[in-house]
Amino acid sequence: MQQFLENLIPNVMSKPDELLEAIIDTLIMVGIAGAISFVLGLIFGIIITVTKRGGVLENKIIYNILDKAINIFRAVPFIILLTWVLPISRAIVGSGIGVSGAMVPLVFGVVPFFARQIESALAEVSSGVIEAAQAMGLSPLAIIFKVYLKEGIPTIARATTLTAINLIGLTAMAGAVGAGGLGDFAIRYGHNRFQEDVTWVTVIIIVVIVTIVQLIGDLAVKKNTH
Amino acid sequence: MAQIKLEKISKTFRTKRHTVEAVKDVSLEIDKGEIYGIIGFSGAGKSTLVRCINLLERPTAGEVYFDDIKLTSLSASSLRRQRKKIGMIFQQFNLLSSRTVEKNISLPLEGGGRSRAEIDKKVSELLEYVGLSDKAKAYPSQLSGGQKQRVAIARALANDPEVLLCDEATSALDPQTTKSILNLLVKLNRELGITIVVITHEMAVIKKICSRVAVMEHGEVVEEGDVFSVFADPKQQITRDFINTTSNLSEVYELIEQNSPVVQLKSGEKLVKLQYLKAEVSEPLISAVTQKFGVIFNILFSDVEIINGCPLGGTVSILSGENSDEAIEYLKEKGIHAKVIKDAAIS
Ligand SMILES: Nc1ncnc2c1ncn2[C@@H]1O[C@H](COP(=O)(O)OP(=O)(O)OP(=O)(O)O)[C@@H](O)[C@H]1O
Ligand SMILES: [Mg+2]
Repeated sequence: MQQFLENLIPNVMSKPDELLEAIIDTLIMVGIAGAISFVLGLIFGIIITVTKRGGVLENKIIYNILDKAINIFRAVPFIILLTWVLPISRAIVGSGIGVSGAMVPLVFGVVPFFARQIESALAEVSSGVIEAAQAMGLSPLAIIFKVYLKEGIPTIARATTLTAINLIGLTAMAGAVGAGGLGDFAIRYGHNRFQEDVTWVTVIIIVVIVTIVQLIGDLAVKKNTH
Repeated sequence: MAQIKLEKISKTFRTKRHTVEAVKDVSLEIDKGEIYGIIGFSGAGKSTLVRCINLLERPTAGEVYFDDIKLTSLSASSLRRQRKKIGMIFQQFNLLSSRTVEKNISLPLEGGGRSRAEIDKKVSELLEYVGLSDKAKAYPSQLSGGQKQRVAIARALANDPEVLLCDEATSALDPQTTKSILNLLVKLNRELGITIVVITHEMAVIKKICSRVAVMEHGEVVEEGDVFSVFADPKQQITRDFINTTSNLSEVYELIEQNSPVVQLKSGEKLVKLQYLKAEVSEPLISAVTQKFGVIFNILFSDVEIINGCPLGGTVSILSGENSDEAIEYLKEKGIHAKVIKDAAIS
């Protein structure tokens, strides 16, 4: 087996530690940036939903500011965002490079996307149910937590899966500017040194991670659909 | 005393392209303990009007009073407190699909300072009241339409409301289920003294349970009063149209048009339509007339219903006999609206 692998993927087998580190870096970036983005995106998605015209906390000013901000950040290509938010990154995490340096641009890249995903997920909660909740005298906060977030679980789970997969892609891209992780690994060896087997192995690992995320997501959707 | 008072309510929807005056200057008073019907064709503004009662829709003009409290000038949190006293059910049931039946019913009770045990007790009482104790753990998707509406009713009753607003609550249900839901509404009106406001486009619903009715057309209430008088003596064409939707008497005109053998008259026969308009009139009159004048009524259509305890409706029949003119005069004197639709001697 060992022999077989060394023949098949010699450049990967010569640096297993680096590969392992790349995988861990990717998981850390996806995990931490994902968790932060999940919370922020959910909050912004909810705010934009409830402040919308006819929403339970209708507010033109907040809605318009948030709506425009999301649009602007979504319009900026991630590769540009990476350098654009560098000063912010330095200010917050003290570094513009490496795994921690990639966090800030990843969050900036994912949150607007996820907020829109949440917005459309919550839009699927029937307006009649929201109305029934209002009619029974529930407060806006109770409507958010007991109705929107509960009724929306299947669609939120779907949006989260999609966003997580998106984030894995962005993480690989962040590798291009020295963020570490699988993207960085593939570019350094696979691209720059023509070690094709490195590229292949990286692709397979990323596909496996994405598949696992998709499976978990599908399971969450299924468990919460009645 | 009026429990709900709508004072000059108007609601105008403005969209980019056009404005819709959904409700125009409607004033209504709904008394405590009555079942009040609002009927109108699709787009008449019924839903908009009823949603103005609990301010799901803010009227563009006018005031809403509930128990003499001016809802239209309450703060958001005081309005929520009042809304707990006004239950509402909908055509689409609007249950939470992520919650079981019992959790749907407990939703309005949560966070109100009640203990888990108190809530559970209340929920099981409500389930029993609507006859769904065995479905407590089911999800809405596992229920029939009628069962869903029962859950919605139980949920609306959770806060012991004084009023229940029903927006087309039976429109998505089959006739049998409609009947059982209407019976349930009557039961909670009688037993719990809940004032009920029923929105519908079906005259049968009004006939079956309402004591008073308002007829809406193009955003306005065009006719209003106790159900019997409105039915017996409709003032507006639209009201007559609604009455005709539940009466088969007008079918005779179609038969005449089709030249059906059923309405071919022999000499001396008349096709007459009799309508009972006064509460004290009842069917024996026909047999009385038959004996007194020696005439024969061959009844083609009959549509007599008991509304608020009084017979209402009429018959279409072929009248024959020498004294048929006198018989018709006699019936008119007795307060029956008699109309000769077709006369063999004339046609
Ligand atoms: N949110 C809204 N925005 C714009 N127009 C509206 C809105 N809600 C209702 N309308 C319009 O107001 C009018 C009355 O609507 P409403 O729903 O009150 O009628 P309805 O009598 O309940 O009809 P139906 O029997 O079909 O339910 C319609 O012309 C409708 O298009
Ligand atoms: Mg309606």
